[in-house]
Amino acid sequence: MAQVVLDKIDKIYPNGFQAVTELSLEIEDGEFLVLVGPSGCGKSTALRMIAGLEEISGGEMRIGDRIVNDVEPKDRDIAMVFQNYALYPHMSVYDNIGFALKLAKVPKEEADVRIREAARILELEDNLDRKPGQLSGGQRQRVAMGRAIVRKPSAFLMDEPLSNLDAKLRVQMRAEIARLQRELGVTTFYVTHDQVEAMTMGDRVAVIKDGVLQQVDTPQKLYDRPNNVFVAAFIGSPSMNLFEGIFSLNSEGASVALGSQTLQIPAPVIEARPGLRRFDGKSLIFGVRPEDMNDAALVESGLVTTNITAEVALIEALGADILVHFPLDTPVVDSGDPDAVQDLSENTMVVGRFDPRSRPRPGDTVDVAINAARMNFFDSESRLAIWE
Amino acid sequence: MSSTSSLSPGIASDAPEAALGRTGRWYAFIRSIPTWIVWLIVIVWSIPSLGLFVNSWRTRDAQTSTGWWAVNVDELTFDNYDQIFSARNSIWDSLANSFAIALPATIIPIAFAAFAAYGFAWIDFKGRKGLFIATVSLLAIPLQVALIPLLQLYVGGAKWTLPLLDKTITLVPDFDLAGETTAVWLTHTGFAMPFAIFLLHNYISSLPKDLFEAARIDGADHFTIFWRLVLPLSVPVLAAFGIFQFLWTWNDYLIANTMVGSNPDAHPTTILIANLAGDFGRNEHILPAAAFVQAFIPLVAFFALQRFFVRGMLAGSVKG
Repeated sequence: MAQVVLDKIDKIYPNGFQAVTELSLEIEDGEFLVLVGPSGCGKSTALRMIAGLEEISGGEMRIGDRIVNDVEPKDRDIAMVFQNYALYPHMSVYDNIGFALKLAKVPKEEADVRIREAARILELEDNLDRKPGQLSGGQRQRVAMGRAIVRKPSAFLMDEPLSNLDAKLRVQMRAEIARLQRELGVTTFYVTHDQVEAMTMGDRVAVIKDGVLQQVDTPQKLYDRPNNVFVAAFIGSPSMNLFEGIFSLNSEGASVALGSQTLQIPAPVIEARPGLRRFDGKSLIFGVRPEDMNDAALVESGLVTTNITAEVALIEALGADILVHFPLDTPVVDSGDPDAVQDLSENTMVVGRFDPRSRPRPGDTVDVAINAARMNFFDSESRLAIWE
Repeated sequence: MSSTSSLSPGIASDAPEAALGRTGRWYAFIRSIPTWIVWLIVIVWSIPSLGLFVNSWRTRDAQTSTGWWAVNVDELTFDNYDQIFSARNSIWDSLANSFAIALPATIIPIAFAAFAAYGFAWIDFKGRKGLFIATVSLLAIPLQVALIPLLQLYVGGAKWTLPLLDKTITLVPDFDLAGETTAVWLTHTGFAMPFAIFLLHNYISSLPKDLFEAARIDGADHFTIFWRLVLPLSVPVLAAFGIFQFLWTWNDYLIANTMVGSNPDAHPTTILIANLAGDFGRNEHILPAAAFVQAFIPLVAFFALQRFFVRGMLAGSVKG
């Protein structure tokens, strides 16, 4: 058990490509920290640098109170779970789990006790004599976990361990890994591109993009108060709707011009975000999450809302709620997520999560109510959230 | 993983699919060939061996007067085989010589090349690529041109007189290997090395990188990784190379004749058989029988090692 600290870690490849830039993270003892980002953002590189599989170009890495920049992987007292499991195909499950103990010359009897204990925790007892090839995906995943926990390391490193499982198993293993981590209380650094995994598993979530850390926070804070446009769009599914418009103060508060419509912003919203006053007459990015929109006819009384009208383009009924897609004639705002589907048209497609009692049809014109308290504003230059 | 995909996301995602498409089409083409065509090819290819086999049981007169297809069951005789096993220079001695050549010439290159291939594939050192290319390009050197220099090296060694100082130093001592089977397997070993390294390297370098990284984190050094992971996982390619090399050295005539041709006690079966034919081909009729005695051992070797060609050795280690 130990704290893992990354202090201004850089990774520059020999060809000059900078994969990670001044990454600073503190993973507290026993904490489950998830590093999430789109593909190719340097998150796996960061994990591999902690593991010692990748050289550190700059900065300082500490595990416990040791600086480990130049320490061999095996001496870092970490265990890693690979995306592809990386099980030894010619060894039985028992030998796979016990390989590290064997190399560490742990006495046979003690190793046996520890291997069986790990197998018990992971419900692999009946499969100890099998080879990895005879196991199902979920079982292989468990063997990979077993190989990590049997060593009682000071930290677990997990590199997208669930991405090769089918959807149902993934949800199950997600809960299982999170439970196991809390039980064992081992510091865990978990890398994923799946923001659902990040939100559900992590004590804290670090969002990274192009090798630069964007925000580290608890999942809820990340969701409620994203630091910038990228985090806002990356966290949450469907992702936050973003529009660029001219902001102007007026007697009733302020307004944002969204294409041909003007969105009225009530005064309390401005009061909660005094920084907005600086943007009078300037362009900014306005963001609203799908669940903060609803059919204006069905809005609960007491909620401060502001309306826009829209023509419904597509309906996705999910049972618990309805996803309503409608275009708004403002240019698309690029959130900077390379994995996001880019809509190249002039119109921004907006997604609203409506109450299921609402029954719009494609082609209908509806009044969309936006929850004023949960509006987000970002500087269109720096792309940072506007609060103070 | 992500380090490569971060550099070239487009290539990483597109290339495997395209490759799969090509191999897919190629397999589809092969599967579309009717089975009877394959059988036809097998039969055509087997006819010469069959003819040789039939003739090995026929008398000299029968062999010279009619073709093997005119065989008559009554005329079959054991005489040819009898004659071989009772020849003056016993075939048993020559079989022993053949083993003394083929076994070291198979085992030693495998042992060396496996280490070398692992080093080239997974140990990062300066000049790795250049050295590997240099090693593999040695494949282009024909063995025949090296025979005489090698023989001179084995007999008399190599000496070099330093200019000006007029002092002679010995680079390679005189091992006096003329007529020794050592000279034969040593030559085979040397010339097998580039191909062995090339073949094993191709296989070993394609083992999943994750396995090596997992082992490193588990605390394995290169030596442990080699013995515990690479060797067990490379059994199919080691067996494949072993069969090739054994067949090649067992059936070799040229090198054996150059190195030990002068010493009848060291003759392998290939030379013995060639000599059996005698002056003016007097005993030509026993050659088919001798050929089958000679071919028996490689067949045994092949079927013994064949079971190591296990498919899917890597199944289950990594997904995909």
